[in-house]
Amino acid sequence: MVNCEQVWHDISNYIDGEVDAGLRSAMDEHFRTCPRCSSVLAGMRNVIGLYGDERMIEVPAGYGRRLERRLAQNARPASDQWSTWTAWLVPVAALLVFAGGLRVANSMTTEPALKSEHAQTGQGIPPDMLVVVSADARIFHVPGCDFIHNKDRERTLTAKEAMQQGYVPCLRCLRQYMQTASAGHVTLESEADVDQDTDFEETQRRGK
Amino acid sequence: MPEPNIFVNNPLVKNTEQAGLTREQDLIARVQRGQKELFYELVQPYERRVYAAALAILRNESDAEDVAQEAMLKAFANMRQFRAEARFSTWLIQITVNEALMRRRRGRTVVMEAIDDRRGEESDYAPRDFADWREIPSEALERKEVRQKLAEALATLDRKYREVFVLRDMEQLNIQETAEALGISVASVKTRLLRARLMLRDLLAAGWEQGWFSRLPFEKGNKPW
Repeated sequence: MVNCEQVWHDISNYIDGEVDAGLRSAMDEHFRTCPRCSSVLAGMRNVIGLYGDERMIEVPAGYGRRLERRLAQNARPASDQWSTWTAWLVPVAALLVFAGGLRVANSMTTEPALKSEHAQTGQGIPPDMLVVVSADARIFHVPGCDFIHNKDRERTLTAKEAMQQGYVPCLRCLRQYMQTASAGHVTLESEADVDQDTDFEETQRRGK
Repeated sequence: MPEPNIFVNNPLVKNTEQAGLTREQDLIARVQRGQKELFYELVQPYERRVYAAALAILRNESDAEDVAQEAMLKAFANMRQFRAEARFSTWLIQITVNEALMRRRRGRTVVMEAIDDRRGEESDYAPRDFADWREIPSEALERKEVRQKLAEALATLDRKYREVFVLRDMEQLNIQETAEALGISVASVKTRLLRARLMLRDLLAAGWEQGWFSRLPFEKGNKPW
């Protein structure tokens, strides 16, 4: 049997199918006999149903039209967007792209060199996961991670691309993919070895 | 020369949903092959959700629309990186969330946000016991004042609860996707989601008692709790 407090603690997971069979069965039994908890369950389902309805999303007047126009401008053929005096740039750009492509192709055929001797490559990180890197750093992060520095100079790419370019996962926001995750503890000193940028150290000092 | 649409009147496409999915896959493939003009048709079904995701994070309509456009352009520029095993809508929402988080960081004090995010998750929350409240039927959403009250209730939640709730329950990301989009753990998503859902349930129930929904088209006794 479970009591009301236990039911409230897991009621959201119950709705999402995130509880095991034993707990689900105990909660089912509790709902049959507890009006208050069955009321909470019904109310929560009501909330999810209402807010999940498309009608709850209201957009400003003309939003779709403005978006379509902006995308249409972006999708126009290059010849419509550029004036003729810039046309000579095309062959130059093509050469640069070709040279860059050779370099990228070369880098993809060899194992990327990790940019820190303390770095770990991480295991099982979804290759298409969107991550961010910032200028002059060697770490890639989940967007929103507190330990990103140079936030005004960050860029988005996939985890696969980041690893191909030699970046390593952040020990904070990507801890679940690191070998240390199972050990459960990484010293601040070893993290500082991986990420020596000023922001990171400042954050640590503030935390002490 | 435009390619023929193989999904129109195709007897092999069994139902509307299947047709919608295969149509999307077809559009993705065409855009990836260079038919840029089809991109808006591809993203149009999600344009409202993209805006809502940006608004949940930025809480400013003008910024949200700007970020929604930027996110769409970024998705367009990175279409070749999209892989079929991911849901296109999820990929689009994740790009939007990332753009919105970057915009917020540029506009506000990072230190204050970090402190805010490190507060406890406050998982212990006892839902209120309401003697007389009834289910709000989905038909009620036809009424602007009901949508307004629901939006106001959502706006009262702390940021960390509101963002998780919007991504999970309005944008329909799963828990793992929500965690990845916001850069938080799965456990944090679950805890914040629980709290958000309970608080909204209580806010709506209290609103019921205060007469928010008194003119809804069902009689007392119908759908009792």
